[in-house]
Amino acid sequence: MTEAGAATNGSPNGNLLEAKNLKMHFPIKAGILKRTVGHVKAVDGVDLSVRKGETLGLVGESGCGKSTLARMILRLLEPTDGEVNFEGRDVLKLDRKDMLKVRRDMQIVFQDPYASLNPRMTVGNIIAEPLKTHRIEGDKKKRVQELLEIVGLSPEHYNRYPHEFSGGQRQRIGVARAVALNPKLIICDEPVSALDVSIQAQVVNLLQDLQKEFDLTYVFIAHDLSVVKHISDRVAVMYLGKIVEVADRKTLYAEPRHPYTASLLSAIPIPDPEKERARQRVVLAGDVPSPSNPPSGCSFHTRCPRAREYCKENTPPLEKHEIKSGGPDTGEHRVSCFFPVMEGERIEKSASSSPYHAGG
Amino acid sequence: MAMLEVNNLKTHFKTQDGVVKSVDGVSFSLEAGETLGIVGESGSGKSVTALSIMQLNSKPPVEYPEGEILFEGQNLLETSEKRMQEIRGNDVAMIFQDPMTSLNPVFTVGNQISEAIRIHQKVSKHEAKEKTVQVLRDVGIANPEQRAREYPHQFSGGMRQRAMIAMGLSCNPKVLIADEPTTALDVTIQAQILELMIDLQEKYGTAIVMITHDLGVVAQLADKVMVMYAGRAVEQGPTDPVFYDPLMPYSWSLLRSLPRLDTAGEVRLLPIKGSPPSLIFLPDGCNFSPRCPFVKDECKNIDPSLEEKRPGHAAACILSADELEESKQRVDAELGVVEG
Ligand SMILES: Nc1ncnc2c1ncn2[C@@H]1O[C@H](COP(=O)(O)OP(=O)(O)OP(=O)(O)O)[C@@H](O)[C@H]1O
Ligand SMILES: Nc1ncnc2c1ncn2[C@@H]1O[C@H](COP(=O)(O)OP(=O)(O)O)[C@@H](O)[C@H]1O
Ligand code: SF4
Ligand code: SF4
Ligand SMILES: [Mg+2]
Ligand SMILES: [Mg+2]
Repeated sequence: MTEAGAATNGSPNGNLLEAKNLKMHFPIKAGILKRTVGHVKAVDGVDLSVRKGETLGLVGESGCGKSTLARMILRLLEPTDGEVNFEGRDVLKLDRKDMLKVRRDMQIVFQDPYASLNPRMTVGNIIAEPLKTHRIEGDKKKRVQELLEIVGLSPEHYNRYPHEFSGGQRQRIGVARAVALNPKLIICDEPVSALDVSIQAQVVNLLQDLQKEFDLTYVFIAHDLSVVKHISDRVAVMYLGKIVEVADRKTLYAEPRHPYTASLLSAIPIPDPEKERARQRVVLAGDVPSPSNPPSGCSFHTRCPRAREYCKENTPPLEKHEIKSGGPDTGEHRVSCFFPVMEGERIEKSASSSPYHAGG
Repeated sequence: MAMLEVNNLKTHFKTQDGVVKSVDGVSFSLEAGETLGIVGESGSGKSVTALSIMQLNSKPPVEYPEGEILFEGQNLLETSEKRMQEIRGNDVAMIFQDPMTSLNPVFTVGNQISEAIRIHQKVSKHEAKEKTVQVLRDVGIANPEQRAREYPHQFSGGMRQRAMIAMGLSCNPKVLIADEPTTALDVTIQAQILELMIDLQEKYGTAIVMITHDLGVVAQLADKVMVMYAGRAVEQGPTDPVFYDPLMPYSWSLLRSLPRLDTAGEVRLLPIKGSPPSLIFLPDGCNFSPRCPFVKDECKNIDPSLEEKRPGHAAACILSADELEESKQRVDAELGVVEG
């Protein structure tokens, strides 16, 4: 399938990035001999595509594998299995030299603005670091001062140290470092989670402005579904190392099909007292199981209000869900559930008794 | 008489750099069964307010130059440490932001809860154990008999927070102070904990002080709200008017800066510029003036105090109702914000 006008830079069907069956199984070592006694299945078979110019939101509870997925995409971590295609090339097969070139195009902004900047380096040196690594010619100081202005800091900040800045300002420094090489893709791993709400908005707006100005593609990781709704074009929901639902923003928030997505949305308090009083929450029981010992079949079955015997023995594939006709072609809606929530239905109840009415 | 009444509380810390006015004139009152939500940015004085009520601020640096904290009419600022120990846990309990700091890693969870019960109630060891299992079951921990024998590190974050609540509630306190009890938790676990708190409040008529930076949590739980900025209460009132008609530019800005689940998501966020002031070197005039989108020249000279602007609804701002309305509309128009 080809989408009109999308085949640029040798990437097929307009996707800048494609992950196929990505897995990261960390070995669990025990005993004096450090024998491998099991595996943490942090990411367990993820298929994901990111289109050029879009923001793909990636949400899920802590420990579900978001950061691990990000690190594999950037090859900061070698996957156990799978493929990462960037502009149509398999990144995992590249040698050091070619990898260095690809690195210029893929950058990351980390969650913790306090831990992610070297406290002994000046802001100028921190931002200039990628320019040095990649042997970029030209006046580095001028470029860094330019970058400081781009992210809303002052060029005079060049010689200061990270501790002299507030959390929001430090995150701006992290953003300046990420955009220094004019990358194509930036993975933002919870870039605003550690910031106060008033400051969050500053950083979110900055990221949106930079995207427009420099034609950036984002993978925006967060556990806050409100922020993700605000910034994303499409959203993927992760649970226990797998993507359980992916759709364009509007569809995902208005018509979540996976019981987990629906419960997540229902759990979030809305800053509107009247709406809160009118809400009927679906409160999930129990905790997220450990990725070292995930449940059989559908890994959500231990908490799912719709789970049946069938779900314990069979693993639902991430399948295409039929899109309503008439609407704009906003892409696919994929769901991995045998008994998805249908329009107007409450999450708890499933009308169908057949395990295969998911369509597709 | 209110269950808990705080009048003009000032909590200051003497440090090398100067006096940190962490809490600088805060008042509120709370009846049985009521929930007060305290919101504000990091460092605005929420936790220090809570710790002042519990009398848990470390003693050399802390000073209470003014104010009173009345629990059932008794001023806790003038109460002996011995009497305070009886009140803590028994009448007034606190749930902390980070459950690991308040659970002891070397004792089993059950042990710690039984201990807490035995400090406050004249019961046998055996009775305390039974009560422990019962409160753990109350807070929704499965297999409470077995879990009671486990150590805190064997619990997940959500379970630790439940254990904290179990400990806090084991003596059926009259007042429960919850300092960001769910901030470190995932939303599905947060929903469990908040539901639990609501249930327990209905059952026992507990008065709750809910400290959070999440305005959604306040909208869900609180009967009334106190917005803190730089150690002061800058807006106070019943929950609905504070949300639907905020009278202080800071509260209005906070609500405008939030990305929301219930709106389309295409509206540009309105950030609050800059960051909160240092509590040692406060700005001249209104503390919010360097960041306020409605600031006027006079704001640099006048330090507005909290004043009742509508019945039961107070704000600290020099703008008149008309000026405020005009300013809100002006900023919205500049941003092209559409209601909805
Ligand atoms: N023992 C102390 N000595 C000196 N300053 C203190 C002390 N305890 C707290 N402070 C200061 O008092 C102010 C208020 O702190 P507090 O912990 O109440 O903030 P908060 O509103 O709870 O913030 P957060 O949302 O980050 O929990 C801060 O500036 C803090 O640094
Ligand atoms: N280096 C590692 N060794 C073993 N387990 C790990 C390692 N890194 C992450 N994990 C585990 O993998 C799971 C996913 O982690 P992570 O990707 O950081 O989650 P998220 O970013 O979604 O919160 C967690 O259970 C975590 O404890
Ligand atoms: S497959 Fe079954 S257990 Fe899994 S989400 Fe769907 S209904 Fe729930
Ligand atoms: S007094 Fe002035 S600066 Fe302070 S909140 Fe009101 S308008 Fe803003
Ligand atoms: Mg992470
Ligand atoms: Mg605090």
